[in-house]
Amino acid sequence: MTKDIVFGQYYPASSFIHKLDPRLKLFAVLVFIVSVFLCDIFYAYAACYAFLLIVILVSRVPILSVLKTIKAVLFIVFLTAVLNIFFYKEGNVFWEWEFLRITDEGLLYAAKMALRIIFLVVSTSMLTFTSTPMALTDGMESIMKPLKIIRFPVHDVAVIMSTALRFIPTLLEEVNKIVMAQKARGAHFDNGGLVKRAKALLPVLIPLFVSTFRRADELALALDARCYNATPNRTKMKPLHFSWRDLVAFFCLAAFLTIIILLKLGFFGLV
Amino acid sequence: MSIVIENLSFTYGKKSPFEKKALSDVSFTVNDGEFVGIVGSTGSGKSTLIQHLNGLIKLTSGKITVDGIDLSARKPDLQKLRKKIGMLFQYPEYQLFAETVLADVKFGPKNFGAKDEEAEKMAEEAIKMVGLDFEEIKDRSPIDISGGQKRRVAVAGVLAYKPDILILDEPTAGLDPTGKRDMLDLISSLRSSGAVKTVIMVSHNMDEIAEYADRVIALSNGRLVSDSSTEEFFYDSDVESLNLALPHAVYITKKLAEKGIDLSAKPLSLSEFNEALRRKLSLGEGGAL
Repeated sequence: MTKDIVFGQYYPASSFIHKLDPRLKLFAVLVFIVSVFLCDIFYAYAACYAFLLIVILVSRVPILSVLKTIKAVLFIVFLTAVLNIFFYKEGNVFWEWEFLRITDEGLLYAAKMALRIIFLVVSTSMLTFTSTPMALTDGMESIMKPLKIIRFPVHDVAVIMSTALRFIPTLLEEVNKIVMAQKARGAHFDNGGLVKRAKALLPVLIPLFVSTFRRADELALALDARCYNATPNRTKMKPLHFSWRDLVAFFCLAAFLTIIILLKLGFFGLV
Repeated sequence: MSIVIENLSFTYGKKSPFEKKALSDVSFTVNDGEFVGIVGSTGSGKSTLIQHLNGLIKLTSGKITVDGIDLSARKPDLQKLRKKIGMLFQYPEYQLFAETVLADVKFGPKNFGAKDEEAEKMAEEAIKMVGLDFEEIKDRSPIDISGGQKRRVAVAGVLAYKPDILILDEPTAGLDPTGKRDMLDLISSLRSSGAVKTVIMVSHNMDEIAEYADRVIALSNGRLVSDSSTEEFFYDSDVESLNLALPHAVYITKKLAEKGIDLSAKPLSLSEFNEALRRKLSLGEGGAL
């Protein structure tokens, strides 16, 4: 079951997007999310779609893997769409019953909301598909540097984050092992009501907690044994560089944002 | 009660960049009452193979039949299968979860439909079978007992639902020498007393395999490279080419043969080796070496 988790997984490849500075990619995701919320007409959505599609194609992440991330949130997309279809009050009414009503504007609005959610999920997963967890934490550490002025422990937080990320696959593997062992002893995990299912998870969660604490202890000992301490001015094995690629990507991003803003302002006369 | 495996292949993460072929075209049969050792270097596919036998990995290519249960069927009766096959994973003590030892050992029987009283009786039997003091240990937390005891409790948790076939993945890993000996003696006594019929054991320790298994199946890079009696495997095939070490008894016997000393026997354990050497030196039963 854990093998189906795609969201947040790194896809190893050596594309233009993969080689970009993680700081730029973090910034780009932020800009893209803001743009998605600036969109109000369908042309703007089309621009977002085109931009995202280009990014996916350039990154060489298979479309199928990207679509799988949408599958994970399909239920939420569907739910928001349905709610918006039935509860949007304005526009020409197609159908009405009690407090429910379907209008033309409602349908449009629902489609836009669904697109927004899909864009958000796909753009953030493109970030994790194309950047290793280490690169992301390095990027975040670098972005958060100014916070040092207010004595925020930037480096410690970065170490905690990268350790946590590092242990996700290990713990998933551990979960898999425990699930198998309990299944071999006849445990069921996928039938019964909510309470029964939650109870069925105890034989997995308890051993998982025990072994997580054991691992944390062992890691702390191993770090201590090698005299690790979070000194503020540690050097990096792979220092971040802003290269020509990042400059090109930056201008593409700026162009995209400009188009979105111009569309928002009705500059092209499109409605 | 036999296990029939035909043309079993398996690939992890199919059609992803992490694709890895774990098993290719493996076929063999385990007969009722056999003690089969499965050997192979790390990553040779041993774990993937035994996980298939219990329906923990869904069969994608090939055919497996366990005592008439066809695992290639669309919906095989996995509960029935898992009750027949007791599976002990590596470091099984990490799966203990309940508040008391008794409750943990009862987990299996209850999942397989035993009533509370019945499950308690089965658990008591199993705890005694693994050589633990039932009254003393039943109400203790499985987290607080010693490492060796934890391992025994985990074994009891599997034995409690009375499987016919026992599959063990590195049952002695991480135990001290006495613990290792105790664990192996326990397994062989389970078999001789008829508590379990068939045993399949995965191990990296060739001494254990040589001493206890009747038959050895060797895997290398997901392929079955040897399936023969233990004696044939260690004396007639090229064990070292599989990145495995020879058992001590076999190693010394072969070295002696190289020096021109033929023991005219094929000992698999050190006690058998002792016996052969005594005979060679005509010291007779019990004579000092």
